[in-house]
Formats: sequence, C-alpha cells, structure tokens
Amino acid sequence: MSHIKIELRKEDVDFIKGVCTSFNNDPQELINVLHSCQEHFGYLPAEIQEVVSEGLNVPVAKIYGVVTFYSFFTMTPRGLHPISICLGTACYVRGAEKVLDEFKKELGIQVGESTKDNKFSLSSLRCVGACGLAPVVLVGDKTYGRVAPDDVKNILREYE
Amino acid sequence: METIKLTIDNKEIDVPKGTTIQKAARELGIEIPTLCYMELHDLGIENKPAGCRICVAEVQGRRNLAPTCSTNCENGMVVKTHTPRVLNARRTVMEFILSDHPKDCLICPKSGDCELQTMAHRLGIRDIPGQEFAATSTYRKDTSPSIIRDLDKCILCRRCEMMCNDVQTVGALSAINRGFMATVAPAFEQNLEHSTCTYCGQCVAVCPTGALTEVNHVPSVLRALADPTKTVVVQTAPAVRVALGEEFGLAPGTIVTGKMTAALRALGFDYVFDTDFAADLTILEEGTELLDRLSRHLNGDTTARIPILTSCCPGWVNFFEKYFPDLKDVPSTAKSPQQMFGAIAKSYFAEKIGVNRKDMVVVSIMPCLAKKYECQREEFSVDGNPDVDYSISTRELAAFIKQANIDIKTLHDEDFDSPLGESTGASVIFGTTGGVIEAACRTAYEVYTGKKLERLDFTELRGMEGVRSATIDFNGLPVNIGIAHGLGNARKLLDDVRSGTSQFHAIEVMACPGGCIGGGGQPLHHGNSDVIRARAAALYAEDRSKPLRKSHENPFIVKLYEEFLEKPNSEKAHHLLHTHYFDKQKKIIIKH
Ligand code: SF4
Ligand code: SF4
Ligand code: SF4
Ligand code: FES
Ligand code: FES
Repeated sequence: MSHIKIELRKEDVDFIKGVCTSFNNDPQELINVLHSCQEHFGYLPAEIQEVVSEGLNVPVAKIYGVVTFYSFFTMTPRGLHPISICLGTACYVRGAEKVLDEFKKELGIQVGESTKDNKFSLSSLRCVGACGLAPVVLVGDKTYGRVAPDDVKNILREYE
Repeated sequence: METIKLTIDNKEIDVPKGTTIQKAARELGIEIPTLCYMELHDLGIENKPAGCRICVAEVQGRRNLAPTCSTNCENGMVVKTHTPRVLNARRTVMEFILSDHPKDCLICPKSGDCELQTMAHRLGIRDIPGQEFAATSTYRKDTSPSIIRDLDKCILCRRCEMMCNDVQTVGALSAINRGFMATVAPAFEQNLEHSTCTYCGQCVAVCPTGALTEVNHVPSVLRALADPTKTVVVQTAPAVRVALGEEFGLAPGTIVTGKMTAALRALGFDYVFDTDFAADLTILEEGTELLDRLSRHLNGDTTARIPILTSCCPGWVNFFEKYFPDLKDVPSTAKSPQQMFGAIAKSYFAEKIGVNRKDMVVVSIMPCLAKKYECQREEFSVDGNPDVDYSISTRELAAFIKQANIDIKTLHDEDFDSPLGESTGASVIFGTTGGVIEAACRTAYEVYTGKKLERLDFTELRGMEGVRSATIDFNGLPVNIGIAHGLGNARKLLDDVRSGTSQFHAIEVMACPGGCIGGGGQPLHHGNSDVIRARAAALYAEDRSKPLRKSHENPFIVKLYEEFLEKPNSEKAHHLLHTHYFDKQKKIIIKH
C-alpha cells in the first residue's frame, strides 16, 4: 500500500475534531465527516483517518474500509490538475478504459496516484451525467467529451 | 408469542414470529447448507451478513430465491429447499466463490476441517467453468507472532470482522476495498502485528477457510525433541484435556487427561507436567494480592486500588495495555499460569535435576493463540532465553499426535510427572469463565476467615452470560465479584472502573467467549455452542473428581514455598512470578 507519511499540525487536528463535533461525534455520520475532511485537505491520509477515529469513536480499520470502498475518497494528494475519467456504463461501452490506459501510460501513474511533480493526479468516476458526450474526461473543472485515446496527448499539452 | 404456520418441503410447521426459514427447516430435520452464516446460540453471537447466498431456497410466489439464513418465516409460506433450481443456484454461487480461490488444499492448514472444502464436496463440485477468464486476487501473507493471514483464501463471510468488532470490540479488522480486491484487513493494510489486535484468536476460531490460521510451532518442537542435548518439558492447560478428544472423533466434553498424558510421553517429552500446577500457584499469588489490597482498602489506604482484576489471560492483558493503559496498575501483577510454570521449570526444577536452563526447552499446550505471543514477550526471558520456548495449540497437538501415528483412543491413562504435575480441582476450572475467581474464592475465603469452607461449589459464579456478578460472604465481609468473558463484555466493566463507578472488589476477565474452553486454539466449534457448554461441564466434573479442590492444599505447592519461594508475594515470588504492564496505546503524533 502506498501511503504518504504526514505530520498533522495542531490546527489540522483541531479542524478535524471540529468537523466531528459539528456532526455530533455520531459514528453514523462517518461518510459526511470524511467528505468534509477531504474537501478541506484534498485527500485522506492515514493520520487524518486516525484523528477521525478518535473523534467518532470508530475503529480506524473501519474508516480505512470505508475510504477504500468508495472511489470518491482518496488517500493520496490530488495533483494541481486532477484528471478524472468517467467509467460509467455509457463511457465504458464507448471505450473509456482505453482512454484511461492511455493516461496511465502517458503519466506513468496508476489510478489514485499523482505524478512526482504533483502536477497531475488520476482518478476514475461513476457516471457524471453527461452520457451524450461519452467517453467523458474531467481535468479540474473543465470537461472533455468524446475523448479518444489519441486525444490524450493533446489534452495534457494544454497544461504544460 | 405470535406463531407462524408455514410449509417447508411439504411438511407443516409452527414457529414463533421472527424465526428464519433456515431455523424452522432445522426443526424439521432439514439441513440447508450455510457458509457465511454462523451462530453461537448460548453466547448470543450471530453472523448474518446474507452475503454468500449458498442457503437459498424457493419461496412460492416470489420471483427470486430467498437467502434462508436471513429471511423470516411468514404465514402460509410454501418453501422448497432442494429443488433443481435451488441446486443449480447453489452450484453457481459455489463455482463463483471457487473461481477466485486457490486450489492448494493439499498443503492448506485447514484441509480436512475447512467449511469451504466440505461445502464444495457436499455440492458435488468437480470442475470450475470459466477459470481461464477469472481474475485471481493475490495478497501478501501476513505472519504475526500468533496468527497467519493468508487472504487469498478469504471468502468474505465477514465472521472475523463480526468477532473482532461486535464481540471483542477490538476493531482490528474490517472489510476493505471492493470487487475482486475486497478482503478483510487491519487499518491501512498494516500487518496484524502493528494493529490493535490482541491475539485472542477469535477470528481464527470462526474463519471457515484457511485464510486465518495459527502460527505452527510443531516443527520447532519436533526439532527440540530430536536433539539429545535438550531436556524437553511440556505443560498442558486445563481447557485442552476436555477438547482434544474431539479431534479424534470423541464426543465434546470427553475428558482425555490420562490419554493426553500418555500421548505426550509417547511423543518423547522428557517430563509431562501440568499447567494446573501453576494455576494453583497463581491462586496463591493472586489471592494473597487480592486479600492484601482488599484489607488495605478497607483500612482506608487510598493507594490500594480496588477492584483487582485477574491477569491470567494474555489476550485480556493485550487488550487493557492497548485500550486502558491508564488502568494498568489495576490488574493483579501475577503472571499467567503458562509463564509461572516456565519461570519455575527453568529455575526450581532445572536446579533440582541439575540441568542448565539453556539446555531445557519448555513447551506449552494451550487452547490459546495469545500465549504464542505472550511467551515471546521480552520480560519473560532471562538473558535472551525464554521461560517458555514454544506454545502449541490444542489443534496443533492433535495434528502432532496423528503425525506420530499414535492412536489416542487405545492408549492407557497415565499420570502427570511429579512435582510440577500435581494439581487440585481449583486449578482445573481455570479453563472456563468464572473458574479463576471461584478458585480464588476457595482459597481467599479460608485464608481470610481462618475457617473451613462448607460449600466448595460457588454455583453463583458459573454460567455463560457475558457479564455476571455475585456477592460472596467472607464471614460477614461481603465481597463483590464481577465476571466478564469476551472483550466487549470486559470493556463494559472496565468503563465503570475508569469512571470510578465500579462496585466490584474483584473482577475476572477472559478474552474468549466461554473462557479458554472457547479459545482460539481449540478444536473448531463450527458454530455449535453446545460444544463449548460440554467442555465447561467436563471441567466441573473433573474438579469434583479430584481429592483436593483448593489450591492452598496442593502439597507440592506447599513444598515449593517451603523449599524455594518462602511465602506468597515474597521477594523471590515477586521476582519470578509477577510482572508489570506497558502502555501500548496507539498515539497520534501531533506537531505543534
Ligand atoms: S485475534 Fe482477536 S483481536 Fe486480533 S484480529 Fe482476531 S479477533 Fe481481532
Ligand atoms: S478471513 Fe476468514 S472469517 Fe474473515 S471474512 Fe475471510 S473467510 Fe471469512
Ligand atoms: S481466554 Fe484463554 S484462550 Fe482466550 S486469550 Fe485468554 S487465555 Fe487465551
Ligand atoms: S457514463 Fe460517463 S457520463 Fe454517464
Ligand atoms: S449462509 Fe445465508 S447468505 Fe450466506
């Protein structure tokens, strides 16, 4: 397992504890708490999960279970330009996996990882509701439709 | 109670509302196969994720097959449990599970006792179609001091997760990932050794496959036995003698003490001793400590912490070191019987027979997996030489006996060797929940009051409820006793101790549900809690059959104090028989 060792600052811990308190330290709210934390930090490294574990009194193994179950949670920091490839049914059928493979090859990283210079990170998504444009790729806030493997180099070039 | 009338396989039956189809069928003598489902009725433990779908049946009027382990009976239901459609569905489920399962049954530690293997056989699987397309997931093998995790063999029944979280409240294991990579693991997929695991072994006790097994120490023991320069001494825990027979087809609860002793001698051990001897010793040390703390407490000494907690279960010790380190001065400092035995064997006994401790190998036979870790703890060794060298489980001993072609059923009963093989009935009941504290009461009562105990059976301390309490009258002094088995139950009592609201003077805790008779190293119960009850009954029967039933009356214990230890809690006894605990809580490091 690739996992980045980070040291939390006091204000980070206070932030996480604050999120837990705002959800009444209710274990049922775990997913919402994790969402808020990921929104703030961009990702959910082990150290953050450990603080959440304390805050909600949920074993850290359970939290890790949830983080690894849902594809929208990530344990690695997102790059400057996070790239997400839709793997929903429509996109999948129209060849999204080949597009994803091309991104992996070009960037030399796997899903859930970021490039060494932290410029790009790669993730996959479920249907983003733009099936008419399948296959769909998101880079940051920008949407690309009908992406073919051959387009990948050009898309990346935009962010050089 | 409302009753429900239904028909299963053309037979009518009335059941109370809330009964599952699976249980109603069993009442009728219809056995529906189950895999993920598991229940230990007497202990209130149930695993019902409805995940595997092996247990499906046809319910008239429903389009889909119903998982019977988790579908309640309804009035007028018509159920068919073994139609061709059902058999086909079961086969498909099984083929799917097996498509992602290794096929190395030949060398799997669970072979012969594996529920998945049995099921494949029962469902007549001879071939797994579509193998060439199936992705087989692979995980690294994780070996801790007690437990091996080989998750390629996990079928995701989640029994272990239920045990570790709901019953033990340890939370070391959780289901992780999704799809083919889904499995059960500690947080961040760390090795078990770096998790919050207590090595209670309850996950191993319920795992239906070879995914969770014990570390096998038989090869090391065999090597020691083959080495002519070594004196090999063996000790056997109380719970082993009432469970070992099951591995040889004897009914649960058959007492095989004498046959086990004969088998150990036949295996080549030089001295066959009994952990029960050390259990009697534990009672004298722990009981004396209890009385000392109690009388200081009654005299207003605020440094005397009450309640005193028993400390003979290493799974429990690991639990409070990890979760309640702030209370680490509350448990008794007495070592577990396993470690007391090792300490005495490699000092007193080694001197007596003129053997250097380095040339003595002490092996323990235990119902327990936490003991494997315990005997490796640094504080239990002298100059790197451990007091107990190897700890093997009841299951490992059975395999060892079979390997040596010893037919345990035809062996004649033999006695333990003297002096470390002599024991009383008090020590025998150590193996069941409530037994340690009952044994302690027998001795503490007589020592405290100076009177002879009229009634030796403290039946008020017995039973299978998770948390029990009783007040014992010490000649006018009411002593409040608490008992918990299973770590989740222990946690309840500990929370009270932490908050200062506990009314108890002494609390016994055993990590495993049922106590050591339900230990992680015992023959597998396969979800039948009658097995555990039968073992408990056998221990109480063995206790009753003993001429001496109070630890302080064991003449060899008396002699040990005279010749060697002076008196309970003496300086020498403290040095050899007591320990201290560590703060092992995981802490988040915060940078300011
Ligand atoms: S040995 Fe006990 S504490 Fe450790 S993972 Fe298994 S059930 Fe949990
Ligand atoms: S490790 Fe064993 S008990 Fe746990 S989920 Fe897998 S098969 Fe079931
Ligand atoms: S209850 Fe017995 S078998 Fe279970 S961990 Fe404790 S000592 Fe071992
Ligand atoms: S499947 Fe990709 S946008 Fe709907
Ligand atoms: S046994 Fe019923 S679903 Fe697994």
